[in-house]
Amino acid sequence: MDILFLLIPVSVLLAMGVLGVLAWAVWSGQFEELESEGQRILLNDKPQVEQPHTDQQA
Amino acid sequence: MSAVLSTTSTNSHTLKWSASDAGFYNDRVVRQFSVMAVVWGVVSMLVGVFIAAQMTWPELNFGISWLSFGRLRPLHTNAAIFAFGGCALFATSYYVVQRTCQVRIISDKLAAFHFWGWQGVIVAAAISLPMGFTRGKEYAELEWPISILITLTWLAYAVVFFGTVGIRKVRHIYVANWFYGAFIIAVALLHIVNAAVVPAGWMKSYSAYAGVQDAMVQWWYGHNAVGFFLTAGFLGIVYYFIPKQAERPVYSYRLSIVHFWALIFTYMWAGPHHLHYTALPDWTQSLGMVFSLILLAPSWGGMINGVMTLSGAWHKLRDDPILRFMIVALSFYGIATFEGPMLSIKTVNALSHYTDWNIAHVHGGTLGWVGFISMGALYYLIPRMFGQTKMHSIKAIEVHFWVATIGIVLYIAAMWIAGVMQGLMWRAINPDGSLTYTFVESVKATFPFYMVRFFGGVLYLSGMLVMAWNVTMTAMAGEPSEGRIPVGGRPVDGGHA
Repeated sequence: MDILFLLIPVSVLLAMGVLGVLAWAVWSGQFEELESEGQRILLNDKPQVEQPHTDQQA
Repeated sequence: MSAVLSTTSTNSHTLKWSASDAGFYNDRVVRQFSVMAVVWGVVSMLVGVFIAAQMTWPELNFGISWLSFGRLRPLHTNAAIFAFGGCALFATSYYVVQRTCQVRIISDKLAAFHFWGWQGVIVAAAISLPMGFTRGKEYAELEWPISILITLTWLAYAVVFFGTVGIRKVRHIYVANWFYGAFIIAVALLHIVNAAVVPAGWMKSYSAYAGVQDAMVQWWYGHNAVGFFLTAGFLGIVYYFIPKQAERPVYSYRLSIVHFWALIFTYMWAGPHHLHYTALPDWTQSLGMVFSLILLAPSWGGMINGVMTLSGAWHKLRDDPILRFMIVALSFYGIATFEGPMLSIKTVNALSHYTDWNIAHVHGGTLGWVGFISMGALYYLIPRMFGQTKMHSIKAIEVHFWVATIGIVLYIAAMWIAGVMQGLMWRAINPDGSLTYTFVESVKATFPFYMVRFFGGVLYLSGMLVMAWNVTMTAMAGEPSEGRIPVGGRPVDGGHA
């Protein structure tokens, strides 16, 4: 099972990379005031249907 | 960080965009992928129904090698997962990343390359697989020149997606983007490792790994393709489109973040459960089983979170067939993510492996979860892509929902029963130690269930045809249109044009 010498380091490296991204997300304040972020997507793109823009390239 | 927060209206003069694109999202690529998702949906399901018929009536091979089951089956799986599912993921991710970041995608040209490159991959698959060119690896059959095109196309996608997140005008990265991002990175890594080959001619190659090593790489790839292509990506759809369609925020946004990180950290290790009772070392099999069981927790947490988004507004399920598609998709996600860990338990696997129970499990996931959540999202997207407020016929969505649901139930129930029956027949032993049944007896016993499965598939395909008609009518009634970037989020200054 030599392949484990490749797959396990690859997976561990990946997990460490993911950990790094998680650390960045936490320290840069991505997860502050979380619940209001859930609300935001319902507010911010109202005009999209009311203002159709004809696509000339189509 | 506060710099990106300054989304004041000081640049309102730039709203008088000179180029036609500035101030608008690139919905062209969203529209293209949405329409092709429907087209490839019909194609993949048609091939699926045909090979289901071949399982029932093998004469349908017609003695033509191009039409034989062994060649059409990978065509069906590739078309369903990568053409239908892929196009749905690309359409929704481009839509979501622009809306939640409030910017136009970073490059229209790369996105166009992504679209046309991906269609090229699909067409190459549709030609090469029936011709018999295959690497013989499940869900990774395409030969190396096509593999390279996949890599290039995927790279373009990654650059556009992460580049767009990078220039976002909203500080917070919405949770759906995390799921899409993980899907993009993981699939890239899986593809590169599993596609390592030594070419031996233009359409022939040998794997860089041998024997059980190759099997382990294959199922590390295969299981994580399920985890990141067929799960993480579609959870991105869940976390954006269910709140939008229900007009309510996610039940617990905090839980959605926990769902994401828990899933990301545990999925990578579950692959060996595809290789129980093989030459793979026993401890590796057991480790794979344990991680598969752990996966139940984040999966169900996410499912409950999605369903509870409707709490206090359950009546919407009665009136809105689009929302019903999405919520039933989540229930199938729940079923499949309960069944998966159960099947990974070695004693259960001893009964279920190599039987049609696996086919039931996979189709619960694909028809029920992936199919329904895609259809729900497409019903949301397509009218908006053609300047309409809703689909041409809501009644037709209703019909699609019921026909497809009955189709899935017939399909899964038939394959569950057939699978358990096969498992029991194969292991039945007479007092003298000989096998009670020959293999062909189990095939004969499965015949009625193959009929039911075929009928269920026909129903599911019929639903998809209703959708294709509905989409055509909606597109013809409107004009291709692009969404305006809200004033709060600055329009792209000058832009690329």
